[in-house]
Amino acid sequence: MTQPTREAATMRTSTDLAWGTPRRWSIFQFSSPQTFFPLAGKMVPYFAALALVLGAVGLYIGLFVAPTDAQQGDAYRIIFIHVAAAWMSMFIYVVMAFWAGMCLVFNTRLSGMMATALAPTGALFTFIALWTGSLWGKPTWGTWWVWDARLTSELILLFLYFGFIALHAAIEDARRADRAAAVLALVGVVNVPIIYFSVKWWNTLHQGASVSLTSAPTMAATMFTGMIVMAFAFWMYTIAAALARVRSIILERERHADWVAEYARSRG
Amino acid sequence: MLKLLQSVVHRDLLLAMRRRSDVANAVLFFVIVVSLFPFGVGPEVNLLRAVAPGVVWVAALLASMLALNRLFAADHADGSLEQMLITPAPLSVIVFGKVAAHWLLTGVPLVALAPVLAVQFDMPNDAMLVLVTSLALGTPVLSLIGAIGAALTLGARGAGVLTALLVLPLYIPVLILGAGAVDAAGAGLDASAHLMLLGALLLFALACSLWPIAAALRIAVE
Repeated sequence: MTQPTREAATMRTSTDLAWGTPRRWSIFQFSSPQTFFPLAGKMVPYFAALALVLGAVGLYIGLFVAPTDAQQGDAYRIIFIHVAAAWMSMFIYVVMAFWAGMCLVFNTRLSGMMATALAPTGALFTFIALWTGSLWGKPTWGTWWVWDARLTSELILLFLYFGFIALHAAIEDARRADRAAAVLALVGVVNVPIIYFSVKWWNTLHQGASVSLTSAPTMAATMFTGMIVMAFAFWMYTIAAALARVRSIILERERHADWVAEYARSRG
Repeated sequence: MLKLLQSVVHRDLLLAMRRRSDVANAVLFFVIVVSLFPFGVGPEVNLLRAVAPGVVWVAALLASMLALNRLFAADHADGSLEQMLITPAPLSVIVFGKVAAHWLLTGVPLVALAPVLAVQFDMPNDAMLVLVTSLALGTPVLSLIGAIGAALTLGARGAGVLTALLVLPLYIPVLILGAGAVDAAGAGLDASAHLMLLGALLLFALACSLWPIAAALRIAVE
């Protein structure tokens, strides 16, 4: 008898029930799209609600509670979105690379789908970080764009995300696309520190006027709290968005399966 | 294993020599692109001297990238790549041989031509020496990283431009260090730090890039 795949082994079969063997909980319990789909559906509303609540609290702290900055006035308040978005953009890339690694190592369909689901959200946060960074730059540095080390690294990260999405879109077979993009994500995650340090070097060597983005060395406690709350809000949003997106991907990829037809019929 | 390496390199060089125009195109592209910049920014010598390192390096990067589709596409099309994948020999050795041949064909001519083009931009002699050294260290890294992109996009739609999109962000550290080295030398400073970091990048690429290339080839030829 052929070795059953990890996914098949976790699905409840009629023989399990007939023999009455207690099914041991396995780490691959939810690695089959069919079992993960309803779980994700249940999780999305909670994470979305958390994101909304934390976002509201964070914005309240950021806009009303945190004091006006001595040097930058009220223009600094954009950091509550900018910094959290930048943190998330980097965090999501690492998580994406993790799922890419899982996809290559364990060859489960869902890992590849998860990596694919995370990429657009990551790209979005990278873009938000760049955009808000620009908006911050205009009143404080007097220019929309400056080749600061971190902004430049963020731009390159955006290109890495685009590369991932483009490679995935260019390959027809979904699982092959997952695996190729997974290799790219792993190569990228190794390269991100190299890129960051070389850009930092390049920037410090070529720096003319000192536009120190390492601002707020002594940050008021409320500012820091606001940033942390916003970071968590974005994190909850990321989870909600990625789970919702992975549900769509599951339905699309598994459209030939019976359970999807059942689901479509039950939804009317 | 050395015999395998030798035979892979020999085969690729032989195939390339039969279609010499393929190889010549990349080099000619390099020359033309470098010559385009004065038309764009004006013939003023001081300005050209200032932009020369960046211009030569970017042109080398683009020329190296354009030549990437030669690396695996022909073998993939006629089925010999599949044969390479099912040999008992380690795929990394075969891949290393192919990338080495690719560098000999497209990287070394760039390194050789760079001084001639640097003269167009009135680059001082010690900067020119650093330019050649940085290109000699950097072009193998470009070949290795580019090979990852070429392997990933094998058989995908729009492979040429897609390879560029994937590979250019990964090229950026090499560009920064390479152009930075020549800039430093031109300004009379010591370029050894840049060159040593370039060497480190080369060693890192040699050690770590063969696995993703092999993995990508296996994925592409399923």
